[in-house]
Amino acid sequence: MESVINKYIKAPVETAPLAVFRILFGLMMFFSIVRFWSYGWIDKLYIQPKFFFSYFGFEWVKPLGVYTYLLFIICGLAALLVALGYRYKLSIVIFFLSFTYIELMDKTTYLNHYYFISLLSFLMIFLPANATYSIDAYLNPKKSFEYVPSWTVNSIMLLLSIVYFYAGLAKLNSDWLLKAMPLKIWLPSKFDTPFIGGLLGEEWVQYAFSWSGALYDLTIPFFLLFKKTRPYAFVMVVVFHVLTRVLFPIGMFPYVMIISALIFFDASFHEKILKYLSKFLKVDDTKFNNQKVYQHFSTITSKMKMTVLIAFFAIQFIFPFRYLLYPGELFWTEEGYRFSWRVMLMEKSGYAQFKIVDGESGRWFYVDNTDFITPFQEKQMAFQPDFILEYAHFLKNHFEKDGHKNVQVFVDCQVSLNGRLSTTYIDPTIDLGKQRESFLHKNWITPFKDEIKGI
Amino acid sequence: MKKIIGTLCMMTLVWACSSDSTTDDEVIIPDEKEEVSFERSAMLINWADNIIIPSYVAFSGDLEALINSFNTFKVDANEGNLTAFRSAWINAYTSWQRVEMFEIGPAESVGFQLNMNIYPTDNEKIDGFIVDGSYDLSLSSNRSAKGFPALDYLLNGLGENDAEILGFYNGDNKEAYLKYTEDVLLDMQTLTATVVSDWTTGYRDTFVANDGSSSTASVDRMVNDYIFYFEKYLRAGKMGIPLGVFSGSTLPRNVEAYFDASISNDLFLEGLVAVQDFFNGKHFNSTTEGESLASYLDALNSVKNGEDLSTLINDQMNTAKSMVMDLSAFRAEIEDNIPPTNMLLAYDEVQKAVPMLKVDMVSAMSISIDFVDADGD
Repeated sequence: MESVINKYIKAPVETAPLAVFRILFGLMMFFSIVRFWSYGWIDKLYIQPKFFFSYFGFEWVKPLGVYTYLLFIICGLAALLVALGYRYKLSIVIFFLSFTYIELMDKTTYLNHYYFISLLSFLMIFLPANATYSIDAYLNPKKSFEYVPSWTVNSIMLLLSIVYFYAGLAKLNSDWLLKAMPLKIWLPSKFDTPFIGGLLGEEWVQYAFSWSGALYDLTIPFFLLFKKTRPYAFVMVVVFHVLTRVLFPIGMFPYVMIISALIFFDASFHEKILKYLSKFLKVDDTKFNNQKVYQHFSTITSKMKMTVLIAFFAIQFIFPFRYLLYPGELFWTEEGYRFSWRVMLMEKSGYAQFKIVDGESGRWFYVDNTDFITPFQEKQMAFQPDFILEYAHFLKNHFEKDGHKNVQVFVDCQVSLNGRLSTTYIDPTIDLGKQRESFLHKNWITPFKDEIKGI
Repeated sequence: MKKIIGTLCMMTLVWACSSDSTTDDEVIIPDEKEEVSFERSAMLINWADNIIIPSYVAFSGDLEALINSFNTFKVDANEGNLTAFRSAWINAYTSWQRVEMFEIGPAESVGFQLNMNIYPTDNEKIDGFIVDGSYDLSLSSNRSAKGFPALDYLLNGLGENDAEILGFYNGDNKEAYLKYTEDVLLDMQTLTATVVSDWTTGYRDTFVANDGSSSTASVDRMVNDYIFYFEKYLRAGKMGIPLGVFSGSTLPRNVEAYFDASISNDLFLEGLVAVQDFFNGKHFNSTTEGESLASYLDALNSVKNGEDLSTLINDQMNTAKSMVMDLSAFRAEIEDNIPPTNMLLAYDEVQKAVPMLKVDMVSAMSISIDFVDADGD
């Protein structure tokens, strides 16, 4: 036990991998922000809509009108400063806060990789990633260390491994493995992909993609860990993510994963990158080779740090399994679905028509969703119960302000999952205005008519 | 090995920061034999050559006939010519129901639907324009004073009976009335000519060639527009809004062809049949069927062994159709029955087709709605 702790936690290792990771991460995030802005998505997703879907408990996080741009500027600059390693601690804290704030503004845009970035940047707050090849270390030799305790590098590897492994576990279900769903729906529609397009309509290809996808996610962390298999594993990482990038609209996620996987490589590899970089930038890097080992100055800070990190990882291990506490099919109710590395796992879509009844006069009418939410929001809302409830509450308030009395809200909601014919999703006789949001099971979700076996 | 990996990383990084724009562009692939079970391009060709263009050409002919009957009426505004003018209007309006759904390409760029059929028409504005004699029909603010609904007012709504109506076209101000009617018709003629000629002289090829699978590909856009039309204009516009299902009280004034009062149900049925025929790829004015959304669903289904969605959709449209056929003209249904129970029941059947198209069909075809990152949850 002692030796394990020594090897994976305390033993000093080169800081270089951490520095390379910091630089690439910062740059990727900066370009992500630029990309997001250049597509006009800030305006489209955070300024145009009149209504935003909040995470339970985070209702106070809202877009800031035109100042939302400022928020993105702050986030982008912080990312750049992280890459440069200038006032690193402050920069990474600001990056974590601003990025997370952006993601909490509207859960319509929820993406697993945004969650991953939030977690990673939170973790990085505790890592001395500016200990070498950073402006901080360059300006202040006291902050420059050639070696850091090994837990710093290992914690990033651990987080990455959790993401992959849990994504693999999530694929171990009968729809994915036995029916090749949803790839059977998605792949044929990508017939215009160069080179492989023609094959995507073949059933065996759909099964091959499903099984190898699950196998890849479950095993890749281990192959990356072992020196012998590492180069081949990395080639797999590139091939896999490039393929997902070509086939699916998942934005920056593939690149983030490819770049992150570099952390598994030996320090010598990272040192070469840094040497090359210093030469390119004409920076004297001899300063950084000071043989110093990073140490915590006070044991109290160090202990607190460790406690936070242990709690952090404990949550990472347990949180994806919270769905076990809910009755019913996870894919159907989505109770415990998010924040669990369930990526590109199902083809689900819905249609929701809300009926407003004036409890006093008995008059009723349907809601034209386009009056209140964007097509993208409507699409996401129509098959997720927490969205439906939040929107129903919004409608109740809106129409009561309009002068209607004792407004009741009913919904006719039809949802289709993984190619099954759409069926009634929400009990149409339930007044959603009276239902409260909570972490408890929503018993007004119509039970799933079929069965999906597996994790 | 490490060098290779290093190069690979740099290339990825460079690509990551530069390649995203290709998502919007079309990936042009050579026209080669592919092993996919369904050819989207065959469906596009069927749509363009056998449905869309013939429908436009037929509509354009009926519009010409309408203008000719007006020209006769202009020379002698008598009762017989009024009746003929009216029946030509009904003909063209019915024919319009077969093209109204194609709000894509040339039609989209001129705002065809919005310029031809915005109702309720603003009869007070029309009266004002006729008295003033100065107006600009190309302004978007004047869309409620032109198109078929304006003609409805000019033909059926000026007076209580034919004698009163004819009084306007033979009275002191007759030049102004004839001039306004003519301007409305010419505006419709110009718009239609633009759309038809754009389709036949270039857009057809663009449309057919854009046979990929992104949110900007022809199939994806057409399906989006088709469902949008079904939900917004057919279901809501022609039935739901006048029924008051979105407002809580009936709005008879919002019935299509309000002043005529007798043809609104026929117009709706023509629209519904057109939508169903398009779904089945039925050639214009023929019983032949080509590649279509229905055959596409069948092809996808043979791989999936799922429910027979195309049959379910056709069944639902047939149910809706027979319910609407049992109704009187919509204005009478709404004004004479409180609440208009039968029409509400028919509306429910029309409504039931929406989730089938919007959820099941779109999901089965994996149609892109919009270009935004989404990881499928």
